[in-house]
Amino acid sequence: MADFLLELLSEEIPARMQAKARADLERLFVAQLSDAGLTAANITVYSTPRRLALIAKDLPAQTEAISDEAKGPPEGAPDQAVDGFCRKNGVTRDELEVRDVKGRAIYFAVINKPGRDTKDVLSEAIPAIIKAFPWPKSMRWGEASLSTESLRWVRPLSGIVAILGDDLVQCEIDGVTSGFETVGHRFHHDGVVTIGNAGDYAEKLRACHVLVDHEEREAIVREGAAKAASDGGLELVADEGLAIENAGLTEWPVPLLGGFDPAFLDVPEEVIQLTARVNQKYFICRDKSGKLAPNFICTANIDASDGGKAIVAGNEKVLAARLSDAKFFWELDQKTALEDHAKKLSNIVFHEKLGTVADKVERVAKLAEWLVSLEGNGFDQPSPGDTFHGEVSEAARLCKADLVTEMVGEFPDLQGLMGGYYAEKQGKSKAVANAIRNHYKPVGQGDKVPTDPVTVVVSLADKLDTLVGFFATDMGPTGSKDPFALRRQALAVAELCFENHIRLPLMDMINFAILDLDSHADQLREKFNQHCLVPMAKSLDMNVSDLEAFTKGDGVYILRKDNNEVSILANDWLAGIFRVKDDLHEFKAKRGASLLDYFAERLKVQQREAGVRHDLIDAVFALGGEDDLVRLLARVKALQAFVETSDGENLLAGYKRASNILKKENAEQGDAKTLSYTPEKAEKALIEALDAAQPDVTAAIEAEEFEKAMVALAALRVPIDEFFEEVTVNDNDEEKRTARLALLARFRAAVHQVADFSKIEG
Amino acid sequence: MSQSVIDLIALAKKAPTLPDRQSSEKPLSFQQIILKLHDYWSDQGCAILQPYDMEMGAGTFHPATTLRALGPDPWNAAFAQPCRRPTDGRYGENPNRLQHYYQYQVVLKPSPPNIQQLYLDSLVAIGIDPMLHDIRFVEDDWESPTLGAWGLGWEVWCDGMEVTQFTYFQQMGGFDCKPVAGELTYGLERLAMYIQGVDSVYDLDYNGAGVSYGDIFLENEKQMSEWNFEVADTDTLFEAFRMATKECEQCLDKKLPLPAYEQAIKASHVFNLLQARGVISVQERASYMGQVRDLAKGSCEVYMAKNGWTA
Repeated sequence: MADFLLELLSEEIPARMQAKARADLERLFVAQLSDAGLTAANITVYSTPRRLALIAKDLPAQTEAISDEAKGPPEGAPDQAVDGFCRKNGVTRDELEVRDVKGRAIYFAVINKPGRDTKDVLSEAIPAIIKAFPWPKSMRWGEASLSTESLRWVRPLSGIVAILGDDLVQCEIDGVTSGFETVGHRFHHDGVVTIGNAGDYAEKLRACHVLVDHEEREAIVREGAAKAASDGGLELVADEGLAIENAGLTEWPVPLLGGFDPAFLDVPEEVIQLTARVNQKYFICRDKSGKLAPNFICTANIDASDGGKAIVAGNEKVLAARLSDAKFFWELDQKTALEDHAKKLSNIVFHEKLGTVADKVERVAKLAEWLVSLEGNGFDQPSPGDTFHGEVSEAARLCKADLVTEMVGEFPDLQGLMGGYYAEKQGKSKAVANAIRNHYKPVGQGDKVPTDPVTVVVSLADKLDTLVGFFATDMGPTGSKDPFALRRQALAVAELCFENHIRLPLMDMINFAILDLDSHADQLREKFNQHCLVPMAKSLDMNVSDLEAFTKGDGVYILRKDNNEVSILANDWLAGIFRVKDDLHEFKAKRGASLLDYFAERLKVQQREAGVRHDLIDAVFALGGEDDLVRLLARVKALQAFVETSDGENLLAGYKRASNILKKENAEQGDAKTLSYTPEKAEKALIEALDAAQPDVTAAIEAEEFEKAMVALAALRVPIDEFFEEVTVNDNDEEKRTARLALLARFRAAVHQVADFSKIEG
Repeated sequence: MSQSVIDLIALAKKAPTLPDRQSSEKPLSFQQIILKLHDYWSDQGCAILQPYDMEMGAGTFHPATTLRALGPDPWNAAFAQPCRRPTDGRYGENPNRLQHYYQYQVVLKPSPPNIQQLYLDSLVAIGIDPMLHDIRFVEDDWESPTLGAWGLGWEVWCDGMEVTQFTYFQQMGGFDCKPVAGELTYGLERLAMYIQGVDSVYDLDYNGAGVSYGDIFLENEKQMSEWNFEVADTDTLFEAFRMATKECEQCLDKKLPLPAYEQAIKASHVFNLLQARGVISVQERASYMGQVRDLAKGSCEVYMAKNGWTA
């Protein structure tokens, strides 16, 4: 038994790739060994910016000898068969034995694989592992890169240490040969470090200022940063991701506390935190009262000869420069009113088929205004002194304005948040500022769903506009592809509605949004001429109308003018806008419904966890006309409670029977006429029950009292059961038969007032 | 300079100054830094070139980088290159941003095995002590759609400040680099500000004898910013773009890659000026960039062919 050490030394490996690299190294190593019949049970992997290492304990010195035999074709079989058998078993024809099996002479191959030295297995395994290593991005380098077939690694691979027990495992790949020697810390240790075996590896490197164990470095960063903060009377804002990243950037981490001018604290906390974390990989701190402190913690990679003073001073200067940039943006952005920022949104394309962000904002505003004007939507109607409606309009028109601010240009993650800050600074109401800040929410499951009414309306309008726009132009999700994250948007709409009990007639809303897009298509055409065609025509010295002629049609156009060889690629965008109008007409016919279906699908997924049956959602949706998600869910829940009672089950059974008969008799519809005969008892009872139940069901549904509707429906259970038991539908008397089929159709219609029971499973 | 900018500079200045000047030796002036780098890289066997006499956005555009990165021949060169980025102009009011600045560029092909150490030693040569300062190689891959080029490498940090781009070219003009060249791009102004401990680029000591960077370039930044953003005649620029494109194509037809590539550089710069003038819409932008890319790639292609190299 011996321990094995492998170290792959390279130039700096990106921090974000190290965790996966460790896992890959272990996986590939185990696979290589197991192919050779070796089991490596006790494996440890390490990484630093400059090395990947693996230690496998207790490897046997040799693989086990394998002895096996295989029965082949009989003697005298065709050469082809015998040769094939030899090939398969890796033996020559001479080596075959002939044995008597029940009187027949049969060829046997006896395979004796002697045990191999583990060292030999490893010398083959190491180059194989290196070649197969799945780096997310890899490169060639140096003289060998004269050929594109040369070795690829994440950065140049500079050395291999491979030691089994105390012996070198010899291997070579692309000019890099294995040895006992590696390097220590880039600045703390000159020259090579000679490793004896797996046992002294970590300690020898430690003596040369390299902590090879990433977990140890992570702990030093985590705890050292906390200590540096508390030494300064502060509290560290813990950030495990940063601890891991800093450990991945250092071989000898030294957390150091630095500071910045408190005047920078005017800038929003999120900006300071992002600047420090994303750009500089610094931790931030809070003071005892929980306020952001004018301090940071950086992680150096050396024990500096002056104790880190110069390093801290240097980092302070860098952060000061970054914060002064941020402060400059913060102040500069405020010099322009959000209303004026918003005007610049016409320079940003939202999507080539859907116009600029300014176009989108206008649509969102109109949709938001329309939403709050609906009756019975839970919002109060305008009254004297009402600010709500004005706030909705204002927030909707300003919600994207921060996209053109310097700050969001620098930190896109701060969209919304910065707009909220700037709105406050500009003296907008809290409701407006919050709506701007939070209208992107909820951004995923578990994210807080806004409840502030202005925010809710703007958020809904924004998402609905996006959904309608992409569905209308046939860019909805397909299969697992959802490039515009529409799934999330649809879910967010549902969550907003449920959380806030928003009554939203989706179909009306979709139609309203389409009208808006329709007029928008005309504007797009106008804009295209103005911004694209005119300057292009000018630069080509062509008539606008001539150029325009080229752009009508599909795809990519190549224009050639005389012999000037001017070619211009007018991309799909040009063609796209001309298709918008056609798309819209088609959308009205088909895709409006498909968007509604999409909502139903999302709803099923979303409600699955809450235990709501998907078939019942289908059953209610299938009725058509139910496009109010809140009402829909209430209805589904009442239905679910009902179908799980015995009344419900039996009624469902009765429904299915009725439905089957109707289908078989092809009597989908029937006129309930005055009967010319005396109905049987059970027949009469069903008529009376329907007479009584139908108005009750209708009234209950209108009043949205779905439990009551179910109770009314339950009253049909006994009559329908008895009807089937006692009455023959297919009576010889044609008149009776027709009347009874009509009665069943009436029964089915009554049930359909609640849900399409044919969609219910079981 | 506006009041707010002066306030910001003052604010930045409050950060402690570097305490690490162990001797009372004066830090290197801007020009001394360049001269030291020239000396250092000359000692490493590099050809020391003078700046290319055309406007370009980065030292990478220099034919000594772009074109020489192609093909099998070894090539080691170093040079300072003025860079023009019209949209980065701030009328001389931002202490860190300029529309004209210098890069120090080193190209080593094939990339030598000790290239990182060579680079670190060059920092020592200009007065940065790696036992006193925290020098780090932080992942930063490079891609230039305009040149059809990409590479892997790092940004080099000195106490948290990015001072150099370090790239192993993998492709140039759409061709695999065979062999790979290592490219080092030092941001000279940043490095000098760091070494001299000043907070505004205009305060840099240029020559160690009383001339500041601002004395030489402040007025230039003001006037050029105004011209870039407000004055440059866009009709002329559009025309210049067309002419450069046309000329480049003519040169390509005549199998003259070097003059063709110059026209590609020109087109690229004119495009940058048009951007600064704000007359290129988002939709047009991609088309213009595509045209420049075609010119640059075409030049690389003809350069390869003329030298008898295959992809």
